[in-house]
Amino acid sequence: MVELLSTVVDGIIYSSWLFVVAVGLTLIYGVMKILNIAHGSLYALGAYSAASLGGFWLGHGYPPLGSYGMLALSAVLVGLVMGPLIERGLLRFMYGKDEIVLLLATYSVFLILEDAIKLIWGVDSLSIAEPYGLLGSVDFAGLTYPVYSFILLAVSAVTGIGLAWVLQRTRQGKLLIAVIHDSEMSAVMGIRVPRFYLITFTVGAMLAAVGGAFTAPMVSVVPGMGVEVIVLAFAVVVIGGLGSLKGAALGALMVGLVRSASVHFLPQVELFSIYLVMVLVLLFRPKGLFSSAEARKI
Amino acid sequence: MKRIDPTLMALILPLAMLLAAGPFLPQWVLFLVTLSIGKGFVVLGLMLLLRTGLVSFGQGLFYCLGAYAAGGMGTAFDVSDVFLLLVSGAAAAALLAFVLGFLVAKYRDIFFAMLSMAFSMILYGLLVKTAALGSSDGFNVPVPTLFEAKLAEASTRYMVFAVACVATFFVALAVHWYQKSPLGSLSPAIKDNELRVEYMGASVRHAIHVKFVIAAALAGLGGALTGMTVGHIDPEMAYWTTSGEFVFVTILSGTGSVVAPFLGSLIFELIRSYAYEYSPNTWQMVLGTSMLIVIVFLPAGMWSVFASRRKRA
Amino acid sequence: MRMILESKDVCKSFGAVTAAENISVRFEKDTVVGLIGTNGAGKTTFINMITGYLKPTSGTIHFLDRDITVLLPREITRLGICRSFQTPQLYDTLSVEENLMIGLGIARRNMRKPIFSRGPKTIPGHKGTAKEAAQAMMGRFALTVYGDQLAKTLPGGVRKLLDIAMAMIVKPLILLLDEPTSGVSAEEKFGIMDRVMDAVRAEGVTVIFVEHDMDIVARYAGRALAFYDGRIIADAKPEEVLADEEVLKLVIGGKKKPHQATVSSDHA
Repeated sequence: MVELLSTVVDGIIYSSWLFVVAVGLTLIYGVMKILNIAHGSLYALGAYSAASLGGFWLGHGYPPLGSYGMLALSAVLVGLVMGPLIERGLLRFMYGKDEIVLLLATYSVFLILEDAIKLIWGVDSLSIAEPYGLLGSVDFAGLTYPVYSFILLAVSAVTGIGLAWVLQRTRQGKLLIAVIHDSEMSAVMGIRVPRFYLITFTVGAMLAAVGGAFTAPMVSVVPGMGVEVIVLAFAVVVIGGLGSLKGAALGALMVGLVRSASVHFLPQVELFSIYLVMVLVLLFRPKGLFSSAEARKI
Repeated sequence: MKRIDPTLMALILPLAMLLAAGPFLPQWVLFLVTLSIGKGFVVLGLMLLLRTGLVSFGQGLFYCLGAYAAGGMGTAFDVSDVFLLLVSGAAAAALLAFVLGFLVAKYRDIFFAMLSMAFSMILYGLLVKTAALGSSDGFNVPVPTLFEAKLAEASTRYMVFAVACVATFFVALAVHWYQKSPLGSLSPAIKDNELRVEYMGASVRHAIHVKFVIAAALAGLGGALTGMTVGHIDPEMAYWTTSGEFVFVTILSGTGSVVAPFLGSLIFELIRSYAYEYSPNTWQMVLGTSMLIVIVFLPAGMWSVFASRRKRA
Repeated sequence: MRMILESKDVCKSFGAVTAAENISVRFEKDTVVGLIGTNGAGKTTFINMITGYLKPTSGTIHFLDRDITVLLPREITRLGICRSFQTPQLYDTLSVEENLMIGLGIARRNMRKPIFSRGPKTIPGHKGTAKEAAQAMMGRFALTVYGDQLAKTLPGGVRKLLDIAMAMIVKPLILLLDEPTSGVSAEEKFGIMDRVMDAVRAEGVTVIFVEHDMDIVARYAGRALAFYDGRIIADAKPEEVLADEEVLKLVIGGKKKPHQATVSSDHA
């Protein structure tokens, strides 16, 4: 019984991490129809910036609780800097080209950023572990969990609910939904699509960085940490349906629980359980769980 | 007089020269060329898919499988004949592609790219966790032999090199002829307008399935050859970044000719050895920047530079 | 006359919308039939069901005694029914000649049974080499002068002709044309239809075409079917259909004589 509970709680915690990591990717794809491979390096940049800013904060003796704020701040900064840089600096010249060409462009950006990180921060690993242990741990039902895990859960929930609220309740959000459905038509109707692209990409970058920033206290911040994240994020997004917010949430939940179950009961399949889930979902729902209907072609 | 196919000339001349010069070339050149040929096979398969409008980010799956099949044949069944190893690599990959193709051939664009990537990551995960195959360390491929004869190391290197050159000739020519065949010439049509292809009576899914299997066989062949040349194989061959490198070389080479993948592969390996030695921490940056330049300024790949030059002359 | 195509009580609904209701028609070999009706009346839906793009909600479609109701478009094409499209479906990045060569390649492959396929192959071959056959087809549709041009650079009327030539090149027994003269200037319309009919007569093909231009229907069709609201409301010789009270009221609008109805109601 305890085993089951622990599996579920572990699963939910991992799912919340997956959701934060994947939601930026699905948002950018939904609006701009670009699969942003650089997402992985934005995640890494978030982690590195968090390590630097957090390390600076803590090193100067400021209140340790503020380090959480530093984590959030570093994510925001990464988004605000890298978003416009990549979108305005490169992508906007390539709109209208094949989806695959844009994919390769973001892949190139990923490669460049991976080395840029090495050049800026060096190849040694960084660490910013203090925020992780700061709030101690909590016991329930015979299990012990660090409070930090629930901070992660909170971040994930806030992100998801926040995005959903913005999309469905605000005017800007509804305009964004229009752009998601048909960017050409939206432009014709007067919606300033380029501005939405910029905002979306920036927010997406920020979300990737949030994933990295809040992961940093849990792991060793090393070069190449973004590489595996891309495939994980992609798998979650494909399961849920490219561009779907609730798809990303449900996909993350499914993958998280399955992975947790495999870790607890069948460790050999842990590494690729996510891809198995993806293949299985695609067998029954070729475009993912929540996919948009396709218009008649002829 | 019937005009000789320029591709035939482009294949025969350099390969004949290489074979003739082989015994006099330094070992590292033989190594480099053989390695480039191995990777060139993978790129040739990717080129076939690219002409059909598809990009696979998971050829590493078949590349790795081919290598492990060849290695496995050697270790488990004591087979070391160079031809058998190559064929087993290609066959294993083709078989897997045949099975996976039923699912994968239904997809296009990003889904096709990412689904293929997912499968390669599944293999990676499997291999890393399999102690019998050396986990993440992999294992060594036994020395290949030619018709039962086990040669000295330098001669073996030349032998593999020669076999690679000969294989290149036949394989590249076969792919060239395939592209001119009715099924092969469907590629640009599928890339352009699938609907029209279906409404003229051809099955797009069937065509893609076939090309997927051919590309896989080529990748498996390349993996087996690379495994033999390097002597060691590991799961990294299936990691998605390996597949990404193959995609890069394909974009670099373009789809203009069956010779392009081998040339592009050679250039890539040369640049990689120098760039990596000079500054290992900027190698990826060099790769990324070059790819961007090629995508933006040379969408048809580097081969288009040669092709247009020929037309003007 | 031999029956070549028959639909029996074919219905199609998209949720609450009924696009076709109890369509029962028989088509005879070597005839030319025009389908008229306002937008949304069900003509294109009917064509889409015959060619396999849509599956009827109920009812059957038979082609030469063979049930084709649930077959895939490519299987139906191989059996001998080919179509052109409202928006020409061409290989834009290839030349006119290459477009037709692809079609010939497909037709020739259909002669030999591929590994994964269903259905018999009934498409006969062409004369001469592929290049000669392609050039013959170009000649018939006055496309020779455009031979080396990329399809995407062609003017609208020529694209229409190429689209129809592509449908013809696989040697169909039935040719379905979806608004062959829509989007084409008034002067070109008859030119296009003349070419199509000449080519068709040489091959012995049954033609079914959807049209908004009543003049075209009156001139080229031997029979007209008027659609309204998913049903066929008239089925007779064009002059009779175009003079029919109900058709005039619901489809053409107002008491106009056919030869005065020169304004076609097609919108892109």
